[in-house]
Formats: sequence, C-alpha cells, structure tokens
Amino acid sequence: MPNMRNTKNEMPSQAPDVRNKNFSEVALGYTEAMALDEAARCLNCKNSPCVTGCPVSIDIPAFIKKTAEGDYEGAYGVISKSSSLPAVCGRVCPQETQCESKCVRGIKGEPVGIGRLERFVADYHRKNGSGAAEKPEPNGHKVAVVGSGPAGLTCAGALGKLGYSVTVFEALHTPGGVLVYGIPEFRLPKAIVAEEIGQMEELGVTFETNTVVGRTLSVDDLFDDGFEAVFIGTGAGLPRFMGIPGENLNGVFSANEFLTRINLMKAYKGDGDTPVMHPRRVAVVGGGNVAMDAARCAKRLGAEEVYIVYRRSENELPARAEEVEHAKEEGIIFRLLTNPVEILESENMFVGGIKCVKMELGEPDASGRRRPVVIEGSEFVIDVDAVIMAIGTSPNPLIKSTTGGLETEKWGGIITNDEGETTRTAVWAGGDAVTGAATVILAMGAGKTAAASIDKYIKERG
Amino acid sequence: MFRIVEKRELNPTVTFMKVSAPRVAAKAQAGQFIILRVNEDGERIPLTVAGYDRDAGTVDIIFQIVGATTEKLNALGEGDFIHDFVGPLGRPTEIDGLGKVAVVGGGVGCAIALPVARALCDAGCEVHSVVGFRNRDLVILEDEFRAVSTKMKIMSDDGSYGEKGLVTDALRSLIESGEKYDRVIAIGPLIMMKFVCKLTAEYGIPTVVSMNPIMIDGTGMCGGCRLTVDGKMKFACVDGPDFDGHKVDFDEAMKRSSVYRDFEKHAREETCRLLKGGNANA
Repeated sequence: MPNMRNTKNEMPSQAPDVRNKNFSEVALGYTEAMALDEAARCLNCKNSPCVTGCPVSIDIPAFIKKTAEGDYEGAYGVISKSSSLPAVCGRVCPQETQCESKCVRGIKGEPVGIGRLERFVADYHRKNGSGAAEKPEPNGHKVAVVGSGPAGLTCAGALGKLGYSVTVFEALHTPGGVLVYGIPEFRLPKAIVAEEIGQMEELGVTFETNTVVGRTLSVDDLFDDGFEAVFIGTGAGLPRFMGIPGENLNGVFSANEFLTRINLMKAYKGDGDTPVMHPRRVAVVGGGNVAMDAARCAKRLGAEEVYIVYRRSENELPARAEEVEHAKEEGIIFRLLTNPVEILESENMFVGGIKCVKMELGEPDASGRRRPVVIEGSEFVIDVDAVIMAIGTSPNPLIKSTTGGLETEKWGGIITNDEGETTRTAVWAGGDAVTGAATVILAMGAGKTAAASIDKYIKERG
Repeated sequence: MFRIVEKRELNPTVTFMKVSAPRVAAKAQAGQFIILRVNEDGERIPLTVAGYDRDAGTVDIIFQIVGATTEKLNALGEGDFIHDFVGPLGRPTEIDGLGKVAVVGGGVGCAIALPVARALCDAGCEVHSVVGFRNRDLVILEDEFRAVSTKMKIMSDDGSYGEKGLVTDALRSLIESGEKYDRVIAIGPLIMMKFVCKLTAEYGIPTVVSMNPIMIDGTGMCGGCRLTVDGKMKFACVDGPDFDGHKVDFDEAMKRSSVYRDFEKHAREETCRLLKGGNANA
C-alpha cells in the first residue's frame, strides 16, 4: 500500500539565522527513514508522467521503487543510466517545474519529493558506493568537448560510457564550469562536483584545464589533432549591464564576478589570495537563481542589509520558489516592482546608493508576462555601498569569431537543430551557448542529446 | 604545471621569466596577454606576453613586484613550476599597413611595448621608441629597444639617465621636429597613457593604448575589466586590451584600478613577512 499522506517529507535544513553566516550546505538531506517514507508515496504510475518532465528522461518510478525496497545502489544504477550528475541534479534541478510538476500526487496534494529522493540516493552512493564504474572497451574514436559545465560534462560522460576517447577542454584552472564558479558552496558543495568529475576520469575522460578554445586552440586545431567530432558547451558569456549611469563605479559587480571571486577563487574561505569586497549594504539587481545566489553570498560575507531589486512582481520572479523562500528566511529584503535608474557615487568614488523608480504591471508583453511600467514621480534612493548586476549574460563571441562555418543567432546564440548539430559539419553545441541563460538540467539534456547524435554520426561514418 | 626555464632580474623590482608553455607559444602574438596562478588557491593575474619562441615552446613574461602574487612569483626560480598559465588572451596589436610608428613605453610597460615594437620592425615598419623611467636604476630593455628602433629616446624623471623629463616631452619634440607618425602606440601607467593621448590629440595622430585592468577569467565572463571607450562599455579581455586612446575614459579606469588597493597592500605585507620568515635561514 502506498503512503497516501498528502505532504512531502520536509527537507532538514540548517536554521536560517545560523546558515546565513556560514557557507556550509543549507539542505542537509533526507535520513534513510525519511527516504523510505517518501518513496512509499509514489504510485508507480504505468504511464509515468514524471519522466516526460525530466530533460534527461530518468526512469523515475523505477528508481523510487528500488529506493522503497531499500535497494539504494540499485536505485543509483537506474538514475546513472540516464544522468551523469545525480548528486548535482538532486540539489540544483528545478524539480517543481519539471518531474514533480507532472506527478499525479500533486493533483490532490504535494507531489512526491523526487529531487530529494534523487539526492538521497546519490549521497548514499557517494558514501557507500562500490567504487569505480567499469571502464568501457575503447572504440578507437576521439571526441573533443569544449567547456566542462553541465552540458559538456554530460556529453563527455555519455560518450565516455560508450567507449569514446573524450577530451574536455576547460578555459579556467578547475573543471566544472558554472557548477564551480557560479553556484555557491552552500547550495552545491564543490567536493561533490569534484567527485563527479573524478568518476568521469575513472571512466577514461581526460580534462585539459587552462585551455581556451578560440585562443589557445581553435576548433580547426582540434580536427587537425584527430578529433572526429567537437561539442561546444561554453556556457554563458559576457555579463549584461543595464546601461544606466554609475555602473562602472567601484562596488558595482556583475554577479559572475562576485560569485567567481567567492566560489572559484575561494574568497568564501577567507584565506584565499583573491580579494572580494565585504559590502555593508548591497542591492542585487535581478530576480533569477543567480540573483538569489549573489544575495545570499553577500549576506554570508556579513552584509547587514541585502536587497533584491526586481522590476516585476513576486509572481514573475524567475528564480526557483525554494531559492526565493530560502533567501527570505535568511533575511534578504525584496524590493519588487522596483527598477534602478542610476547608481550614485559617494565621495570616494565608490557606490553611495542606488536610485530606483517604482513600477506597476501593465499589459502582457511578448513573453506573456505583464509588462512593468514606470510610475511617474516615484523615484527613491536605497542606501547601499555595493550593487550586483544579475540580469543575465550574452554569448561569448570567442568561438564564433574563430570558427568558420559556425552560424549564430542575431543575439549570439549558436544555431543548432534538435539534435544539437550546428551549421558546421561535425560540430555540435548545447547549453547556455545555444539557449542563453537557462538551467543546469536543460544544459545536461542538450549534452545528452548531442552525445547520442555524435555517436550516430561517428558510427555511420565507420 | 608550467616550468620556469629562465629567470633574470632586470632591475630590483622587475623580473624576466621564460616559461615553458608550448600551446601558448604556438599562438601568441604581440599585444596579447596570459593569466597565471602561482600556486593552488592563488590569485589569477594577467601579464602581457613579452616575447615567445614557437620552436622552443616558451613564453616570456616581465613583471613588476607590486603585490602579494608578484612577490610569490618572484620567489620562484629556474626549474620551479607555475601552477596555471593560460593564453594567449585578448586581441593582438594591429600592425598591418603602418609605415612609421612611435612606440611609447613607461616603466614596466616597456615590457609590453617591446614585443609590439619588435613586431612592427619585423613587418618593415620604421619604429621610433620613446621610453621613460623614474631613474637610472629602473631602466630595462634598452638594448632590445635599440635593436628594433631607428630612433630611440630614453627619459628619466630625475635626469639620472638619458634626458631629464617625461615621455610626452620627448614625443612632443619628435613631432615638432617634423616626424610624421601613422600611429602612436603608448603602453605604461594610466596617467602616462592619458597624457600621451592628450598630446597626440593636439596633433591628430591616431593613438593606441594597451589597457591592463583588474580581471579574473580573462575570457569575457566576469566583466571586472570593463571600461568606457567612446561612451560605451567595453571588456578589455575580449574587446582589447588595445583601444583607441583618444576614446578611453582614463579617469574612470584609474578609479577602477584602485578598488582593492587596501586589500593588496595588506596582502603584500603579509606575503613579505612570510617570505622573509621562510628565507631567514637561507
């Protein structure tokens, strides 16, 4: 008999007023008893609607069934057939808009906590797993993957499992892409990313850091080196700014810069060589997950007041509901329907405040969301000494400008078909470099699709 | 890991290193830069490529000991390894189609100006070099500049070497004496580049400057290196580091370069203390 309780097991977490002063993981993970109880809520539906909501098509009912039986390694085996990064996805996927949004249990109550169960299973395997996966028989074909974020890692992992000799080229000094430089330690511990990458190395995937494709090597060089196919997963690019006065003042950062200093360069530990400003009062402009991450990092660095400044209302916040909730619990102040018009200078050439206007929602725009309109005469100033811009990125021009035959959209995204094939033969692409800023799991889905297409292409060539 | 194959002191605060980095050496061109980390958990710092040998697979860097990271870098010797070394980054300096160019270098900026002067010379361009230093003890790369220049002026602030005065004084006298330059390329402290640009604007000579702002990744991700050029936001790492000097907002760039000054001062003092402690018995 399934457990017919209408609510999910709560995720045990650090208390808000404790966690907003440290960088340790916020969510602590289910206990075994909680996992068994939650798994029993799954009805094991025949048509499994949840699977249609998963960008990498994990056989969700099957892994939950194994979990309910206490066969956690079996459950891990089911997940890892479809996903290269279970411990990552169980933490950062927006399950509420994906698998869990399709769950039949969600009609009359809360859906099954699929993400929390995935995390439990992945963490169980990390602690108790039987070690290295079996190394596949090499098939003699070489594939290059550019970028080691979620798209690249997934593509590399999938091809590695098929016996390809895969080399991943990473521009930074550590592999992991946004999982390392962007998503903070308290949401995704870096040790977990390192372990997932270590598992890929055991599979035979090679990582070459400090290699900027488009500068150190070109895509043409990769083909000259004998790679038969290239996957481009270079991720987000240049940070966007608003184009308002004062954006080049000291104390204005892109979220990329602020987060990179804290995460990749380890300023969060306090003993790294890379400086990061410890602002007293901070405005974070934007309403996505990156904005929440930046705000929560600023709080943890000791800021007294941290504001999210977002021009639409709470309903339109693009961040995951859970992240918004966590941010609020930690004391982040939301200034919604508010748009910055100028960053003010203090006497010492640093930020002295941010001038904003109030907004109201008008008619729906092209995105279907109600368009924010300025309320005349509503100008006001928030007293801050730092401003973090978290309003998205535009694709990096490096690869496009150095790769012949690679066509891009007007806004810079690489053009691909449904299989991830670009306009250049033997070159695939996926993730934010194609879609613009999106989620980890969508990038993973693209990496997986491209891997299947690359496999088909190489096998057909013989 | 990248091996240091040669190390030389150019003056008490400026060091030359030849580093084994075959992939960077294969692609490097004048005007580009690299980013390095001395050790695990170290800071990423950009340094301009001062020279390269494609056959030997080596890249030259020249740096001034100004902060904690350059202090640590300078503590390494021949045979030691630099943890990370990535490049070449940024766009190469444009040298095509130039007939006569004045290359102006200030202080350690001369290390960056030299490969540009060399590339221009190799391309058949007539190069006049104007280099300036605070005093005689800080003069670097004199012979190297002479080898690629048809005219050379050395300036020192205190008159202890070459002529007394600023590089702008020398450049003005060259221009006034009738030298016609297709372009001036100025590389050095921001304040020097600002005044070179002010001077060349008077004479309508196109002027290129090499900007060296704070950056982390060097590939267009962090936006820390942004500056205002012709009223527009530009990223030095992907749009530069070379820009039309008459359009750069130098005052803003100077403010931005000082953002971590207090932190850096403290970090350097710490590092000096540690390095001295470590060398006490040496």
